Amino acid sequence: MISAPRASLLGPAGLVFLVIVAVAGIAVPILNLAMPPASPLHVPDYVMTLAGKYLCYALLALSVDLVWGYCGILSLGHGAFFALGGYAMGMYLMRQIGSRGVYGNPDLPDFMVFLNWQELPWYWHGFEYFPFAMLMVLLVPGVFAFIFGWFAFRARVTGVYLSIITQAMTFALLLAFFRNDMGFGGNNGLTDFKDILGFSVQAQETRAVLFFLSAMALAGGFLISRIIVASKLGRIIVAIRDAESRTRFLGYRVEHYKLFVFTVSAMMAGVAGALYVPQVGIINPSEFSPGNSIEAVIWAAFGGRGTLWGAALGAVVVNLAKSFFTGALPEAWLFILGGLFIVVTLFLPKGLAGLFRLVRLRRVKPQDDSENFKIAVAE
Amino acid sequence: MSEDTTHPIAETLLFVDGVTVSFDGFKALNDLSIDVQSGEMRAIIGPNGAGKTTMMDVITGKTRPDAGRVSFRSTDLTRLDEAAIANIGIGRKFQKPTVFENLLVWDNLELALKSKRDPMTSLRWRLSSDDKERIVSTLQRVGLADHYKKVAGSLSHGQKQWLEIGMLLMQEPELLLVDEPVAGMTDSETEKTAELLRDIARNHSVVVVEHDMEFVRALGVRVTVLHEGSVLSEGSLDKVQNDPRVIEVYLGR
Repeated sequence: MISAPRASLLGPAGLVFLVIVAVAGIAVPILNLAMPPASPLHVPDYVMTLAGKYLCYALLALSVDLVWGYCGILSLGHGAFFALGGYAMGMYLMRQIGSRGVYGNPDLPDFMVFLNWQELPWYWHGFEYFPFAMLMVLLVPGVFAFIFGWFAFRARVTGVYLSIITQAMTFALLLAFFRNDMGFGGNNGLTDFKDILGFSVQAQETRAVLFFLSAMALAGGFLISRIIVASKLGRIIVAIRDAESRTRFLGYRVEHYKLFVFTVSAMMAGVAGALYVPQVGIINPSEFSPGNSIEAVIWAAFGGRGTLWGAALGAVVVNLAKSFFTGALPEAWLFILGGLFIVVTLFLPKGLAGLFRLVRLRRVKPQDDSENFKIAVAE
Repeated sequence: MSEDTTHPIAETLLFVDGVTVSFDGFKALNDLSIDVQSGEMRAIIGPNGAGKTTMMDVITGKTRPDAGRVSFRSTDLTRLDEAAIANIGIGRKFQKPTVFENLLVWDNLELALKSKRDPMTSLRWRLSSDDKERIVSTLQRVGLADHYKKVAGSLSHGQKQWLEIGMLLMQEPELLLVDEPVAGMTDSETEKTAELLRDIARNHSVVVVEHDMEFVRALGVRVTVLHEGSVLSEGSLDKVQNDPRVIEVYLGR
């Protein structure tokens, strides 16, 4: 009897990943808040903040993997969506400062007073309201990605050309945000945040909540991505990745599919940026720098593209290494990063996730050659 | 499905009318005119560079003609893109087998299955039992029922060709364009493919481009010979094989 083969929504690896993220999201804040500092189980504040940052990076890597690993769109500009989400959050946080700024102006952020601006630019209106700002966290990167994708995908820009124009996009935004008259704080960006929804951004409790939210956002992003890739739409984007013109001849409008995943992915990157900003306390144009976007691609490649959880893992592992080596051997870090990338490309084409799979396959003897493929598809 | 093999009222389904395509001055198609009747199966032969694949590209919207018109019933195809042409009922099988190698055989057929093609429908897609039956019957028809859980990339060359024909069937096109379906096949595979195509032609219009004369003979249909982008000869295989102009093109010069 022939029955329709179905990819499971999560798969064992996805389930393990979700459990780990959920447990960490709950346990780390509790161990930070409830344990006395002397206890060996205590998680110090700086560790929690650092780990919260990694979770945001993990969500960014996940969003890169969704477009690259599944739809074959190698975006070298996802850092831009991350930064746009970050700026939207930063604008809300700036408006919360009120008259507590250096100049004590209740209506204008410090940098505008410094520039002798008399009133708030129109695009800053509404950002004092948290729900509006959160909407913008999703909408600004989403709409931007939609417009960019609309032109790029309709013109059938693919492959390396698309990668190059995504780089150009983030670079153009970098230059634009550097300009003082853009009204986003120029070179210095947005900083000196005081509170978020009335809670001090510096407070340990706020940080614990932000950590928890970052973990939930990562878990949510993972679930949404899994729902997408396990659906028929997911199989269509894989078809587009592997044989784009064949998919067109089946009657699918390839550009609509690309636009859909690109926009969803940009929104996820925006959420990651929005959670990142209150945890690091600053957003400035350097977040748009092309190198950031490339690094995000390296995380996804290192962790294993086309697996989602692997990309998230890659972001955490590479950033752990970065934190360690930039402290221990600062000159060597870039060489180590480059070396890592070469090792992965040469020996681990499927990244860390591929390594796990290899170990598992050795334990469970495959029944036929297609087993390898099948697992690759199912997960 | 209808067992009706006769088509008493012939009606022009596809009309390629005076199409010219040039690439950098080279005329791949030169005032080419071909018409295919509803329900007809037609073989197109011709030496390399005769314009067979370019003709397919023009019909399916991959290439825009410099001059001429292509109509499918009353629709002008030259105004539509690939996806729109596929959705009005023209399916294409490529020269090189192009199946989605990383997807299961089943998934290849399910993606080809006639359905609404927009992203939101695909996201919410649930396979109905009718659709499931159609996939199962196609699997059996193309002889892949034992392999439906395999990844398409693990199939043999011949099996991939059949899978692609199966995908065409799932699209439920009125017209199938089949480009060199037996290239690289063993004799027994070729025979099986000819049988499959004849079976399909009973309720679809089919245009087959092929080099293999034995295969064309096995199909037993009207043949059009292309040369330098236009029609050189047309008729039964015996008739065109005895046409002195065809002999000259294939053997002479």
